[in-house]
Amino acid sequence: MLEVGEDEPAAPRRKKLEVGEDELARYPFLDEAGDYMKDTGFSLEDLAADPAFGRVRDMALARIEAAAEGRVFMKGAPDELPVEIYSFLLAVVMLKISSRRAMYGRFALAEARRAERFLESDLRRDTRASMGDATRGVVARIMHDLFEVDIERDGDDITMPVPSYLLHSTGFHEREWKLVNRRVSGGMVRLTPREAVRLLRSAVASYISSRITSARTPPSVPGLEKYVSRITELAAAFEPAASYTGEYPPCIKHAIGVLEKGENLPHSGRFMLGTYLLNAGKSIEEIAPLFKGAPDYNENTTLYQLRSLKEGAGGSGYSCPSCDKLRTQDLCHETAECAGISHPGQFGRGR
Amino acid sequence: MSAILGSLLKRYYFERLADIRAPARAPEREFGYFRPGSGMVRHISVRDDAGLRLLLSQNAPPDVYCSNAYYAFPELPMREKEWRGADLIFDVDAKDLALPCRAEHAVRVCECSRVHARAECPHCGSQKSQARSLPCKKCIKAAWDEVEKLLKILEEDLGITGAIAYFSGNEGFHVHVEDPGTYKLGSKERLEIADYVSFRGAIPELVGLPRNAEKKKPAKPAEPDNPGWPGRYARHALASKAARSRAKKEAESGGYQLAQARLAEAAPVIGARIDPGVTTDVHRIFRLAGTVNGKSGLSKIPWEGEGDPYEAAALLGGDPREVVAECPVRFALGGSRFGPFEHGRVRVPAYAAAYMICKGLASDPA
Ligand SMILES: [Zn+2]
Ligand SMILES: [Zn+2]
Repeated sequence: MLEVGEDEPAAPRRKKLEVGEDELARYPFLDEAGDYMKDTGFSLEDLAADPAFGRVRDMALARIEAAAEGRVFMKGAPDELPVEIYSFLLAVVMLKISSRRAMYGRFALAEARRAERFLESDLRRDTRASMGDATRGVVARIMHDLFEVDIERDGDDITMPVPSYLLHSTGFHEREWKLVNRRVSGGMVRLTPREAVRLLRSAVASYISSRITSARTPPSVPGLEKYVSRITELAAAFEPAASYTGEYPPCIKHAIGVLEKGENLPHSGRFMLGTYLLNAGKSIEEIAPLFKGAPDYNENTTLYQLRSLKEGAGGSGYSCPSCDKLRTQDLCHETAECAGISHPGQFGRGR
Repeated sequence: MSAILGSLLKRYYFERLADIRAPARAPEREFGYFRPGSGMVRHISVRDDAGLRLLLSQNAPPDVYCSNAYYAFPELPMREKEWRGADLIFDVDAKDLALPCRAEHAVRVCECSRVHARAECPHCGSQKSQARSLPCKKCIKAAWDEVEKLLKILEEDLGITGAIAYFSGNEGFHVHVEDPGTYKLGSKERLEIADYVSFRGAIPELVGLPRNAEKKKPAKPAEPDNPGWPGRYARHALASKAARSRAKKEAESGGYQLAQARLAEAAPVIGARIDPGVTTDVHRIFRLAGTVNGKSGLSKIPWEGEGDPYEAAALLGGDPREVVAECPVRFALGGSRFGPFEHGRVRVPAYAAAYMICKGLASDPA
């Protein structure tokens, strides 16, 4: 039986949304999609091997291939709704079986961008965006239930409380997203529907990513072998090249590990890793491939950011933050070997 | 510590004990105080008013602090406390405003402990000294103006109405916000709020000035009645017809850079000049309201802008004390004027004696 449910309780179980089949086709990452599948009575074995579901399997792989190419999966004509839903669920299963974490993040981001298009048009259309309305639309419900953002509609715009905005906006580096550059009044931030859904992209992506990580799947499923090996091929392009090992402090090792798993390393973590390695004498070209595993990896951006770390702070380059600072950022993973040091750069010295 | 100061603190915490209240959610906060001779005592947990009063009456400390953060285990070392949230705090310090009058009310305390107002000590020739700033009405008024700007922005834009301002007891104000919407915010989010209230990082698009020549979008400057920053900026820089057309022309000819520079110039005028480092620190301990500030002997008290905080916060008593003082600058405190004092014994009200002792300008008579 296919269950794309939480195995490890990633988030507290929420009350189910009332979601129609067409809405599930647009937002197949909702856990209601798993219930939908259960209700239809098909099993994972059916999807994996039954000739009737060949199109579902192909579409599942197409979704993953699109993600690997950095594209958003869109077909000319919408398929039958169940195929749209099943293919997402099956893609999640294939990815989980492949255990190629570098692909999880890519897939999650691509699917988040896909959902974004629907979210935006639903948000534009939906006059029931307002939170207070018991029959509020699916987007408002997704935002509330999944991301704790309560949106209101005001004319063509969407408003949300300042704290909700900030919890999602600080991931952006562009100045347009700074609160000071937003229309803010009475405690609410005003956004266009496009901005509102863009704001949530990485939250949707991490939600989808957590659906893969927590999916309960058998170690292998007859019929999916060739799909899984295709994923392994695709993933090779994103797995970090030779990783540095040896005398790195545990905070740095941990950060490298996060990237190797294809998980997101926060900006502060990237800053730490970049400054540490630069100060350890590594070149930008040596460091950049480490970031390949990041779900949002882009070579030019990475090189640019490393260059600014190297040349910033008035030309001398930024130094790596102290242990105290890293502790406050939850980046410290202290071990006994860290005794007596106050800066990652001191690790392993004098011994 | 000075015996005079010690006895005044004991009296203060004895007489005013009943007025001192533990802050909201006290059991979740970290308390700390300064113990003369041994330094800071931190990671203390206080359960309620009675617990706080016991701590104060037993120790009569020169400085008492309390975290803005709430923890699961406030008494454990920092790494094990388990952060649960924090009040939002703003700090306005007259020092950061750097008014030209500062030189007139500053003195220097030499390493030989004598006091002067020059680069080099006239008594021992040393150049090593610490600057001490004395009360100045202009400076504290300017700091309060920043607080008023801040409170208005918090209320109008951010919807925060329950902010409470305190005179810090020295040269500035603290603004505390206990708000269920903001207490979970981390440092990065708080930096955004700090930048918001100080109008830092604003880009020309915000006020309708064109991005650059390529975009060819005509300038459409913000209107004075727009909500938030666009309106506030328009009222400041685009209020008249002439100013608007000048800004438009300037933005088109000077381009993005110039428009950006104009916004940066406006920031300290229309933004609130706060210390962003304080707002973003979610683990800091702050001086507790109602307690004495060991840098001045004045109390940290709630402040709403009426009157003179240097009068209202001088609460260590008006009965005279004799101290050996040296203070080349006149200062006003507790509604009276003091100094200048040549090196020697003077009899002054207890609060003024404490003030000079805290500033290093006086000591107990031998
Ligand atoms: Zn001297
Ligand atoms: Zn002054």
